[in-house]
Order: sequence, then structure tokens, then C-alpha cells
Amino acid sequence: MSLTDNAPRHIPDRLRSPLQDKLVSWESLLLAVAIAIFIVNSLASPYFLNAWNLSDATFNFTEKAMIAFAMALLIISGEIDLSVAAIIALASTAMGVAMEMGAGTPMLVLVGLTTGVLCGAFNGALVTKLGLPSIVVTIGTMSLFRGISYIILGDGAFRGYPSSFSWFGQGYVFWVISVEFVIFALLAVIFGVVLHKTNFGRMVYATGNNATGALFSGVRVDRVKMTLFLLTGLMSGLAAICLTSRLGSTRPSIASGMELEVVTMVVLGGVNILGGSGSIPGVVIAAFVMGLVTFGLGLLNVPGIVMSIFIGLLLIGVIALPRLWTMWRKKVG
Amino acid sequence: MKFTKLMTSVAVAAGLFAGPVAADDMRIALVVKALGIGFFEAAAEGAEEAAKEIGGVEIIYTGPTDTTAEGQIEVINSLIAQKVDAIAVSANDTDALVPTLKKAMQRGITVVSWDSGVAEDGRQAHLNPSSNALIGNMIIKLAADHLPDGGEVAVLSATTTSTNQNIWIDEMNKVMGNYGGIEVVSTVYGDDLADKSYREATGLMQSHPELDAIIAPTSVGIVAAAQAVADAGKIGQVNVTGLGLPSEMAGAIESGASKSFAIWNPIDLGYSATMLAHQLATEAATASPGAEISIGRMGTITLDDTNAAAMADPFVYDSSNIDDFKEIF
Repeated sequence: MSLTDNAPRHIPDRLRSPLQDKLVSWESLLLAVAIAIFIVNSLASPYFLNAWNLSDATFNFTEKAMIAFAMALLIISGEIDLSVAAIIALASTAMGVAMEMGAGTPMLVLVGLTTGVLCGAFNGALVTKLGLPSIVVTIGTMSLFRGISYIILGDGAFRGYPSSFSWFGQGYVFWVISVEFVIFALLAVIFGVVLHKTNFGRMVYATGNNATGALFSGVRVDRVKMTLFLLTGLMSGLAAICLTSRLGSTRPSIASGMELEVVTMVVLGGVNILGGSGSIPGVVIAAFVMGLVTFGLGLLNVPGIVMSIFIGLLLIGVIALPRLWTMWRKKVG
Repeated sequence: MKFTKLMTSVAVAAGLFAGPVAADDMRIALVVKALGIGFFEAAAEGAEEAAKEIGGVEIIYTGPTDTTAEGQIEVINSLIAQKVDAIAVSANDTDALVPTLKKAMQRGITVVSWDSGVAEDGRQAHLNPSSNALIGNMIIKLAADHLPDGGEVAVLSATTTSTNQNIWIDEMNKVMGNYGGIEVVSTVYGDDLADKSYREATGLMQSHPELDAIIAPTSVGIVAAAQAVADAGKIGQVNVTGLGLPSEMAGAIESGASKSFAIWNPIDLGYSATMLAHQLATEAATASPGAEISIGRMGTITLDDTNAAAMADPFVYDSSNIDDFKEIF
């Protein structure tokens, strides 16, 4: 690819690849996979096509997807946040402390979101002010945030959240449509518009494609990155509220390992892990794919380790496919 | 498109593999903390044994990959969706599973916990592998069985503040009267650290030359004490006993440093949990304080005020059965 392709005026949403030109877009490929999985599941288990069961299945991915939206933007901009699950633990612990002090539901929500934003600010400051690599910073804060939870809680737990608080994780807006699913759908629309229809979205792509070029084009790269870290923190705080409400209790081990599932969802959604390209519709479909796969295999009582293998193969498959295609084209052409 | 064709054939194949679900079978799900743990694999074996004995029962042995509450909730949600008849769960979190298990009970599924319990309002009954009183009695009985003429025993515990160990030692002291001639000469603490436990055990043998047995009601302490006895050349003279894991104690049993020790038997536990779940699901028994419920070959359990019950005495492992269990846990 020659340099002129990267002229500031023309920054593509996705880096062009031969696969895309010749075949289908990433999103339609994923959609085909999602539909195939849906059909396989319906045939394989008599319990799959049931409104309540499908509603229950959405809980497998809604909280992760909330964070994945913000994470997608962050990864597109060339950074990453591996501390999101630890932020959930710390935000949940902070809410537990507030609850013990007699806070009501609105206050708990405020505490959860604020904690998330503060954690995001801490990550963002270390990355943008000190210029440290985000993967190292957030591996550090991953231990730091969860460590604070362990210090506060030890092997204990916070329980006894007010009953109105359970609305977020256990409530339903209409029939089988859960509160969490509505939040997920709203966020999908908001993030889709922000990334694909606003100046800010263009700046995110520009930052990820060529940070120096973007800087000289008048994009305040550090401010974009800081905003995205704050946003990721906020979404982690929101996920903490939903998860804590769903579990009805807080333990320091809450959401352990979730950061990898969030990153998996983002990458499966077609976001380039090196930054610069990706889309929100892709992440939305990836969320459904992961949710449907785990729920469908769960209905067949497939052991969890086999599910992990399946997700792993799916991920490697979708990443390797375009590369293999390119290599094959070169060989043939 | 080739890809679509491939997926369609996969779909058809999956459909063929699924097969019909036998409608007349009662399905009992045994949910464990995580798959791939020997202890729980053995429990599943016990559950299958119970299913065979009852007849017409299908066991669904499942659990998450990691010991997380979130993973267990996903598993339980899929079990609710399958409308299983009963769920018997060893919980990763006492509280976090409660909302999901409540939902299961609302949809008519019998819920019991076993091994690691769920808070009271998240299950109908809980099965403990044993009780503090039974454990306290067992650890002194193990020592006394090999000392018909009485003798000196010492206790090697975990830390001074270990709740479980302190309760067990208290319970042991309550029943000392039943074991005439046995005298507890000292209680020391190895803090559940291998090296400190080893030093404390060595110290015991030096300060009490007539010592006949060391009781270590902790899996770390018992291994360290057995090593200390072997290193001091006192095998046959000092018997190490208490609570330990067969995989870690196989060597000590073989060398004779330990004649026998105890811990719960996971096979019995899986068997009993399945029996209990079946009894409640068929409404042959109801879960209420004081209820006596028959659990097959393991006899009868009595539910206490919190609808919890103790299965049995800890199971004794010695040279006759250690080889069968050392591979398991």
C-alpha cells in the first residue's frame, strides 16, 4: 500500500483487504455464522426456540458487550484496557461499601459509575500523560484494582443490596425483554452513531491509523485516547452495576477473567487488534455469536472446556481466514 | 456460497446427533465448582451409581471451566432452560447463585446444594459431607484404634485462629472420655505451612520421647508430620493420622508413617446428593427442619434448623483402599 492511500482526507473505516474486495464484508460473514449457529442450535436442542430461554441466554453476553463497545473504540484508536474486569470488581466493592453505609439505589448507581470513571482516568492519565504503553499500564492496574477489592473484602462478601437495586440485573422492561438487553441495544445504537457518524468517530480511526499523522492534522490524539479510557471505565462501572445487581452480592473474585472475553468479542467483531479499523455492527453480531454458541452448547451439556476450545478456534479461524486468503491469492496470482 | 453449504451440512449433522430426549427419565443435574477436578469426577461416579440404583434417572454432570460464580450461573441457566427435574450444586459462591437458583425453584426445579453450600433461601436442602462433631470424634478414634493400651498423642493444627480446626479440636476434647488411656500431651501450630509444620512435628517428637501418635486435622500438617516421622526414623513408633488427601498421603501410607487417615469420600457424597435430590424431586420426602430423609446405602440424614444435614463420618483411608483413591483427589 503506497503512502498516498493514507492521505488525511481519505481515512477508510476498514483497511482494504483482497477478501473484502472479492468476497463479502466481515459483518455479513459473521452474520452468516450467527444465523448458522442459530439454525444448528434450533435443530440440536428442543429447548432452544423458547422466548424465556433465549432471554436468559442474552445474560451470557449483555454485560460483556457493554464494555466491548467502548473497548472496540479504544482498540481502534490503538490502545487497549485489560483492567476492565478488575474495574468491575473495584466498582462493585465500592457499591458494597456505600450500601453498608446506607446508600439507596440512585446513590449506588452513582458510586458504581464514578468508580469506573476514576479507574478509567487513572489508566488514561498513565498512558497519555506519562506516555506508557497501555497494555503494560492496564496489566498493572488489573492487579491493583482487584487487589484493593481483596484488601477491603478479604474472603468476605457484601450482600443485602436494596430490592430496588435488583432491577438492573434481574428486571424486565417488557415481557421477556430484560433491562440489561435494553441497555445493550441502546448502547449499540449510541456507540454505532458515535463511531460511524461523528467527527469524534473519524478522529478515533485517524488516531489508530496513524497517530502522528492525525496529530499534524489537528486531532488532539491524547484527548481522544483519554476520552476513550474514561468511556471504557464508565462502561465497566455500568457493567459492574448490572452484574452486581444480577448476582445480588459482591465478592472480590467477581467477573474474574472477563477482560479476555471482552477482547475476544471485539476481535471476533472484526476490529483490528493493531488499531485503525473495525465497526460497531461487527461487535454486536460477535456478541450474539458468542452468546448463542455458549448457550447452545450449554443446552447440549457440552463441557465448558469444549466451549472454550470452540470459541478459541472460531477466533483463530476468523483472524486467519483473511490472511490465508491473501496468501493464497498471491500464490495463484 | 461454499461456506453456507458447509454450515448447512454441519447443521444437519448436529440435528442427527442430538437424538430424541427420553421423556420418561428424571433428569438430575450434578453441578460442580469446575470440571476436570478429580474430587468432583469421583462425585459424578457416585451420582451415576445412585442413578443406576434408582433406575430411570439420567445424570447430567456439568460445571464451568473455572471456579467462578458467573460460569456456574450460565450453566444453571442452561439447565433451567432444559427443564431438568433437579439441580444438585456445589457452589463457587454462597450468595451469588441465590437469584438464579430461586428462579430455578420458581420454575418447579428441585434445588439442593452439597459439599459447598448455598445460602438458605437459594436451595431446599444442603448436604454437608460430615459434621464438626463427627470429625472431632473421628480424628481421635483414628489414633486410639491403633493404641489399645492407651498412650500419648499430640495435635498438630493449622493456625491458632483457624476456625475449622479449632472447632474440630474442641469437639475432640468433648469425647476424650470415651477413649480411656489416651492423653493429649500437647497442641502445636504449623500455620498450614509445610516447613513450619515439619519443624513443629520434629519438636513434638523431641520434647515427648514417648509420643505414640500425631493427629493433624489439616492436609498440609499431616503430610509434613509424616515426613518428619520418616526422617526421624520413628516409623512404627509414632503414627501420624488426621485429615488428609489420598493423593498426598499415598507415600506415607506405603512407608507406614501413617496407618490410616480420614477425609470425606467424594463417591459417597455424589451418591448421597443424588439420592437427596431424587427424594425431594419425587416428593417422597419434603425438606423441612427435623425431616428424616433416606439416602440409600448411606442410611438416613436428619435436616437441622437451616435444612442442612451431615452425610456421615469422614471416610477412613488405609493401605487397603489408598490405591483406589490416590488417583482421584
